[in-house]
Amino acid sequence: MRVTRRSLLASGALTGAGLMLGACGSTTTRDQLVAQGRAAAGQGIGYDGPPVELEFWNGFTGGDGPFMRDLVDRFNREHDNVRVRMNVILWVDYYQKTTSAVASGTGPDVGVMQMDQIGTAAAHRVIVPLDEVADEMGLREQDFTPAVWEASVVGGSRYGIPLDVHPLGMYVNRTLVPEGTPTDRRQFLDALARLKDEGVAGAWMSPFLFTGSLLFQTLLYQFGGELYTEGAERAAWDSEAGVEALSFMVDLVRRGYSIRDVGQDADNLAFKNGENAFFFSGCWSINDFGATPELKWSSEVMPTIGDRPAVWANSHNFVLMRQAGGDEDRLRAAATFIDFISRHSATWAEAGMVPARTAERRSPVVRKIEPLRPFVEELPDVRFPPTVAGISEVRTNSLDPAVNVAVLLKEDPRQALRDAAKRANALLESNRQKYAGVVA
Amino acid sequence: MSLRAKLTPWGFMAPYLILFAVFVIAPIVLGLWMSLHNWDQFLPDKPYVGLDNYGALFDGDGATSAPFWRAMRATAIFTVLSVPLLVALPLAVAVLLNRRFRGRNLFRAMFFAPYVLGVAVVGVLWRLLLDPNIGAVNYLLGLVGLPDDTAWTTATPWAWVSLVGMTVWWTLGFNAIIYLAGLQDIPRERYEAAELEGAGRWQQFRYVTVPGLRPVLFFVITVTILASANMFGQAYLVTNGAPGQETRTAIMYIAEEGFRNFRLGSAAAMSYVLSLFLMALSALVFFFFRDRDRVGGEAL
Repeated sequence: MRVTRRSLLASGALTGAGLMLGACGSTTTRDQLVAQGRAAAGQGIGYDGPPVELEFWNGFTGGDGPFMRDLVDRFNREHDNVRVRMNVILWVDYYQKTTSAVASGTGPDVGVMQMDQIGTAAAHRVIVPLDEVADEMGLREQDFTPAVWEASVVGGSRYGIPLDVHPLGMYVNRTLVPEGTPTDRRQFLDALARLKDEGVAGAWMSPFLFTGSLLFQTLLYQFGGELYTEGAERAAWDSEAGVEALSFMVDLVRRGYSIRDVGQDADNLAFKNGENAFFFSGCWSINDFGATPELKWSSEVMPTIGDRPAVWANSHNFVLMRQAGGDEDRLRAAATFIDFISRHSATWAEAGMVPARTAERRSPVVRKIEPLRPFVEELPDVRFPPTVAGISEVRTNSLDPAVNVAVLLKEDPRQALRDAAKRANALLESNRQKYAGVVA
Repeated sequence: MSLRAKLTPWGFMAPYLILFAVFVIAPIVLGLWMSLHNWDQFLPDKPYVGLDNYGALFDGDGATSAPFWRAMRATAIFTVLSVPLLVALPLAVAVLLNRRFRGRNLFRAMFFAPYVLGVAVVGVLWRLLLDPNIGAVNYLLGLVGLPDDTAWTTATPWAWVSLVGMTVWWTLGFNAIIYLAGLQDIPRERYEAAELEGAGRWQQFRYVTVPGLRPVLFFVITVTILASANMFGQAYLVTNGAPGQETRTAIMYIAEEGFRNFRLGSAAAMSYVLSLFLMALSALVFFFFRDRDRVGGEAL
């Protein structure tokens, strides 16, 4: 509790700082941002000016960090006049830290943002439109896996250069399930029934975002539902498809195919301990399981529980942070860096991520990583979150707790989804007022 | 001379006054100002909305009122459950540790030790220990034949038992140290006098120790109430607010609203409502002790 008071003080200080900084930040116009993007692109990507040092912030705190660091080192070796310093911040703090830092003029030059955060950052004028940079990089939609390229366009401007796609998939504990991989609802339930006969609750349903809420979104799409209506105007998860999706998860718990009251991350730990047979997680778990001694596992394509294949996915995007001084050298060097990493993103697959660029994804390096194969196969069916400003926090405050209470058997799925949709609609409405006219 | 005499005290107070003005007065005023606006620190427009941010907290259909009052309820539950324990248990521990016995310093250190750990360490530690299905606590309970399927972190009331229990384990040492200092200030003669009058152990505690500790007790109760009402890290790390948002405390929600949802105006309004409650509560404690004072004649 001592720490609580300290963190309160800190947040007070942050507030004060934010106030003062907010004042300077507010003067940036959209035209200035566009001009910075144009300056970064120049007449072709490349930098031959005086030496500059760039700050690159990302949230790769896990097994993915070292691989990004290798890429950065390689860039530094091959460029005499640009030195990139990588700084890693927990994803949960990343967005508020970068936003504050950019507003105060002490932000990084380059960052990485998840797709559903790009809209918010664009509205806050933290990141720079990259249409010209993408043109000069020679990137076109057909160079990328479907949907990911268009998904980082907000209000008609491109704000991100997709680095990877990380979809959900199914991990199978091969000690508990030595053979066979369920691909549809019946096979999945049969496998769970067999496991139950052996006294194993085969698919632990997590009540938390990781990975219960991600699984719910996947099933929602599979049953033909949508998270939001067109343009994210209203929540749409309280449809019949949503009720079916959530009821499926709840039934697994009720029928004893999942244990009750799964704690945070317990589904993951139980998978490693040999107590959980099927674990739904993203490709980011590959290296974690690969490093777990004596764990026999495989990664598989998400089974089709509903009536069509579909799977939740998100994407890391490179973003160019707004420069306080609009320093052209830094902008050009930053674009050079983004271009370099993007062209060498095959290496990034070793971090357990599917490279977003088609050419990189097809490289031998990526093909060699066997556990990544199912995630690549899923690409035609991936579904991304919308990029509307403030959208990620809407979900955190409405849908995630609804999935939580339903999976914990505290509330009926239909009622929980309906209440959550009502709250989400109020939040979406207040966001619409707040961000009206901010993103052109 | 007279001007100098007037200025001298201000000169002595200046260093603190400056800090006080910058870090206490200014944020209070700014916060009040913010709460009257739709305030996103990173947007150019911060439209004035009058008392709307406060009104939304009392409007049943608003986006913030239901989650806010649920969070306030969570804070109230935690405070009501934890304060009595954090006032009484450390007192018992302090009384025991104040006696002479071998290894006394070792025990004093042991009770205080958890307090030096950061909330992140304590949170992750207990989250693993208390996990309903793979945690050590349920495993050990099972070994001795007790129920081993208690949902310590995902269901109420067990989540409250966990949060209060780990908080008591974590911060008990701090209050105990304060009590210990207070106990050592009570003159030995009073105990001797009481003993001569034929007072037993309990009567000595009741009529010498407790009155002697009154100022310390007042301090401990006030500080503990405020600390419990500001609980954040434990629930954030151990239950993540689950089940649903039942264990999401007011401070958790305020921080989320202000810094993740970028609604500082609304978060500021919530902070003021919470502050009003805490001020009222502190005043209540103060008057309780003041009244008793007149009767008991013990100086605060």
